[in-house]
Amino acid sequence: MPNLDLRQKAWSAALIVLFFVAWELFCLTTGMSDLVLPRPSQIFTTLVEKFPILLPHIIQTLATTMLGFVLGVALGVVLGAVIGVSKTAYDTCYPLLVGFSSIPKVAVVPIFVLWFGSGTVPAVLTALSICFFPIVVNIATGLATTEPELEDVLKALGASKFDILWNVGLPRTMPFFFASLKVAISYAFVGAVLSETVASNRGIGNVMMTASSNFNVPLVFAGLFVLAGLGVALYVVFSLIEGRVTGWATRKNDLIVT
Amino acid sequence: MMRMQPVAEFAGMPIPNGAAPISIELSDTSVTFGRGARAVPALAKTTLRIADGEFVALVGPSGCGKSTILRLVSGLVQPTTGAVIVGGREVAARALRVGMAFQNPTMLPWMTIERNIMLPLKIVEPFRSQFRKLRRTQFRDKANALLEQVGLKGFGTKFPWQLSGGMLQRANLCRALIHEPRMLLLDEPFGALDQFTREELWSILQDLWMLHRPTVLLVTHDLREAAFLAGRICVMSARPGRILDESRVSFSRPRTVAMTFEPDFVALNQKLRAFIVDARTAQQEG
Repeated sequence: MPNLDLRQKAWSAALIVLFFVAWELFCLTTGMSDLVLPRPSQIFTTLVEKFPILLPHIIQTLATTMLGFVLGVALGVVLGAVIGVSKTAYDTCYPLLVGFSSIPKVAVVPIFVLWFGSGTVPAVLTALSICFFPIVVNIATGLATTEPELEDVLKALGASKFDILWNVGLPRTMPFFFASLKVAISYAFVGAVLSETVASNRGIGNVMMTASSNFNVPLVFAGLFVLAGLGVALYVVFSLIEGRVTGWATRKNDLIVT
Repeated sequence: MMRMQPVAEFAGMPIPNGAAPISIELSDTSVTFGRGARAVPALAKTTLRIADGEFVALVGPSGCGKSTILRLVSGLVQPTTGAVIVGGREVAARALRVGMAFQNPTMLPWMTIERNIMLPLKIVEPFRSQFRKLRRTQFRDKANALLEQVGLKGFGTKFPWQLSGGMLQRANLCRALIHEPRMLLLDEPFGALDQFTREELWSILQDLWMLHRPTVLLVTHDLREAAFLAGRICVMSARPGRILDESRVSFSRPRTVAMTFEPDFVALNQKLRAFIVDARTAQQEG
């Protein structure tokens, strides 16, 4: 099996390389202006040259993303636990939550700016408001699917609601929770960049906005590459954590494969 | 294993007559779910006494309130009328030291079998306060000793998905017994198993009962199972259930599967079956 796995990875890497080579060739052969679509080589050069200038903005974006994410997770877990424990609460709150989650988050940025001024605070809040919903839904669903028989076994032993939540409900929710973390970190990242683009003087989103108005197109694309890299990195980190913490949920498949 | 030797007095448990302390007592107990026009009577006024250490089976047509009796005794359901007295005290919302097992073994997939079995020790005092200290030593040995008694020696470190249905149900019995309950409540524990596995588990349950001597209340659809395991069988009527008949089962222990084909045993089965067929017809006509 590892052989096949390796070959799969090699194909994935080859496709990525091929994509950039094709892009480079396309620009060279058609004589595309770098004001419209710069070549990947130009973009990489810009990225390396401007990296010292970009770094504080990268840190800013990462920090707002993480802060929004952590707050969103905390809020999501608490809300999800409250909703998941009681069927009535679940049914009551669900429509309102769906309403909130279906608001395009770009539309709330002006409101946050109105309240807190432009800068870090609206970015954090946008990240938070965009990422907490998948957490709430997953925690609540995980808790709601606890087997009633097991609950009876524990209740007959005199277990409190908290005992059951702590020993059964929350661990059962972990696979759902970590799956939702992967989604949430990507959302938080989108939220932070979105808000920076609209209303901030720091962060990658702002760098791209400024570069775009100066027609520094290679820098715009360099910003895009940075965002792609960061997004992938965050996703990978949370996938690894998920695999380590909730291996039990997927272990069965491994056994069948090997 | 001296304690596992069959003892003559095990044959035919005494029906409580004042000499043995009463472990479970339902007096004119009834249960109705819902209120007003929507009220559904689940259990008609029922009186049932079970002595300490007795093994009683409840049989009857589907939906007759057998499980309701179990839930009453465990305190999961409150009686609408009458009282439920367990171990001399009335069951209010008070926690009881009981072990329960259902048809679905509900082992937690993220824990090894031994950790699953130790779960009640995390909940019930006096084990609860010692759990952190003893989970790797004494409690673990306790879990593995029980696993050995049900023929699962060495399976403690496996995960639930590595075990078959019959093995999981054995582990389920271990979990129900780990906190040394005086009372074991079993709700069709072997219902989902094939015939051979089921018969194997009857013997295991019988051995466990003879070894630990808890009071057992077993709900089952299987008349052979009831006659094999129980010292007394209560037949219930269709919903709302009440107890139609009580039969003592006096075959000597340990009982064997071969015994279930002997004339006396078959006769008992047929008698029980007739009661249930009558109860079902009465229900359909009514």
